[in-house]
Amino acid sequence: MMILPSEEEMTDQDKQKIEEDAFMSRRGFLGLLGKCTVCAGALVTATSSANRVLSGDKGATFQQSEAQHIESLKNPPKIPDYDWTKHQWAFGVDTDRCIGCLRCMEACKAENTVQEDSSHHRTWVERYVYLEGSDKALVDSQADPKNIQNVRSETKFRFDNRYKDVKVDKAYFVPKLCNQCENPSCVQVCPTGATFKAPDGVVLIDATYCIGCQYCVQACPYGARSFNEQRGTAEKCNWCYHRITKGLNPACVDACPTGTRVFGDRNDKDSPINMFIKNHRVQVLKPEMGNAPNVYYLGIDREVS
Amino acid sequence: METVFEHVTPYIGYVYPNETELPWSELIVIYPYITGLVAGAFVVSSLHHVFGMERFKAVSRFALLTALCFMFFAPVPLLLHLGQPTRAFNAVLTPHWSSAMAAFGYVAGFYVCLLLLEVWFAFREDMVALSKSKKGLMGKVYRAITLYSDDVSPAALETDHKIARILAMIGIPGACGLHGYVGFVFGSLKTREWWSSDLMPIIFLMSAIVSGVGLLIVIYVATCKYRKVVPDNDAMVGLKQVLWASLCVVLVIEGLELLEIVYKAREGIESVMDLIKGPIWAGMSVQWGLSLFSFAALSAMMVWKPNGKHLVILLFICSLSLMVAVLAMRWNVVVGGQELSKTMKGLLIYYPTWIGRESMLTVLILFCSPFATLFLVTQLLPPWEDKKSHATHARLVTSKSAHQVKTGQGQTMEAH
Repeated sequence: MMILPSEEEMTDQDKQKIEEDAFMSRRGFLGLLGKCTVCAGALVTATSSANRVLSGDKGATFQQSEAQHIESLKNPPKIPDYDWTKHQWAFGVDTDRCIGCLRCMEACKAENTVQEDSSHHRTWVERYVYLEGSDKALVDSQADPKNIQNVRSETKFRFDNRYKDVKVDKAYFVPKLCNQCENPSCVQVCPTGATFKAPDGVVLIDATYCIGCQYCVQACPYGARSFNEQRGTAEKCNWCYHRITKGLNPACVDACPTGTRVFGDRNDKDSPINMFIKNHRVQVLKPEMGNAPNVYYLGIDREVS
Repeated sequence: METVFEHVTPYIGYVYPNETELPWSELIVIYPYITGLVAGAFVVSSLHHVFGMERFKAVSRFALLTALCFMFFAPVPLLLHLGQPTRAFNAVLTPHWSSAMAAFGYVAGFYVCLLLLEVWFAFREDMVALSKSKKGLMGKVYRAITLYSDDVSPAALETDHKIARILAMIGIPGACGLHGYVGFVFGSLKTREWWSSDLMPIIFLMSAIVSGVGLLIVIYVATCKYRKVVPDNDAMVGLKQVLWASLCVVLVIEGLELLEIVYKAREGIESVMDLIKGPIWAGMSVQWGLSLFSFAALSAMMVWKPNGKHLVILLFICSLSLMVAVLAMRWNVVVGGQELSKTMKGLLIYYPTWIGRESMLTVLILFCSPFATLFLVTQLLPPWEDKKSHATHARLVTSKSAHQVKTGQGQTMEAH
């Protein structure tokens, strides 16, 4: 059994504290166990049937059926009065506001028929926790096995409460999504040109032309791309292109209850994103990659990559 | 929990959620390996045809056939790995030139054509002879593959040799391009710390030569045993020298690459060290253990110069271990690179699947296919230069008959 790189960095005090807490919670748990025995049978039945309904027996499920997907590729929605040369979309993330409720993930999965499992995401949220006296962050996302174990489903988006008994110096959530880079690595490496950068700044995929080589999945520095095994093509966040071209916000932006996610047109002086960039000192992820991302972050520190 | 998580690659530390399905599987491990095995022929044919080293004559034509059979199967793992295999030609028809992968169809196609031409010119005299000595269907097949060109006069053969030489000369930059290109596909990705290295193309080229020459030795010795003939001593000595020299370069450059990563010690070096000590520890041990063992054994053979049976046995063992070492190296590069998370804060542990489209079974079938093809091709075009070969026999008979026709003794032809 190897030690997590992040655990190695924990101070002795952290480890001692965690051990004490674990002991305490075990003792508490044993006490509770007796009281709960009666309810256990009912609980097991309830959770297992809920599991079946939510995750399905065949693994990944889609809100959109295969027939609907094929139809949508054949007859893409017409976009009236949309001129993609007249817009320059950008995205802002104010991490100070994020509460890690994960409604954005839920909205994204539903809106974009993303596979309902823990290894395919168009957007996700990371939790950075600095234990008392430690300079290294402990990082996890909803896809972390402990979080999924906690709710016993990959489709109920929740963070567990693993840090409730330890002293935490600093903690914050960082929503992640496709950065729609100015110099996108995925577009550079696509052998067929199936993925391309639209004039309005969004990187799109032509799912009828993608050969499914997954070179783009390898090349993305941000892990924003995934592969749809059933459809045999690559997938990524496109800032809900079907919505933004109709003047709507991306689904995650509308779902966010705290205004963490900001979206708008750089060509419009008074757009929310221009105000966000003008009024804050923002930064981008992994600037050393040279990709020039179009998602601007506020309130992250060097541990975020 | 197990049922919920069986599709997720186990990991430690923090990895991006989308990384928990490794994009490139064992099929992409076998792709550079099979491609690399082609390099044996490139070395031998250039040493023989371009630099005029006659000692490689005994294996030269066999090497060409080996290369051709392996090159046929080099694109197959890629094709099987595609999510949409029926669209594979999109990359050839409308290549997106900024992608390293777009050139694959052209590079591989060019090399297959080059090898086909080399084989045709190297075997033309035999094909003409066989088309004349064989009756019935096989006679027609041989006539068809001579492309109905049956001129085997000394002047025509001289032209053949000249063209073969030119093709072998094109083959030198061609092979450097092919194997260097495979390295570039990995080395040019800035995202993966374990791949992103300027030395990748050279490492892939040199390790291709090591595995290619190793393969040639292994199957040459095996076929000699099967045909109950003694392997050509001169050729074996020559192959030993090539193997030793290329292994020296590989060991030094691979060592340098590893040293550079460790010495530069950029952010996330702890994760790189954990990768070496963890998920690819076994692979690294096999790669370096067998390479160093073979290097020691080959160096000893360079000093003490064994001959005959001793040379054959020792060289066979070294070649086989080097083939395994290079396979381990491919695994360490392709899978190891993906086991190191892009976050540089975590490691994934890849477990191959055994049955399915992308599985060890497919890899095994794919790896056996070139050998089966090679067996069939050597039945059609025996590459051997010794007396046991029926092509040599047919050639002798044909030239004798031609001589008899010329001197007015045509009636004896019927006797043959």
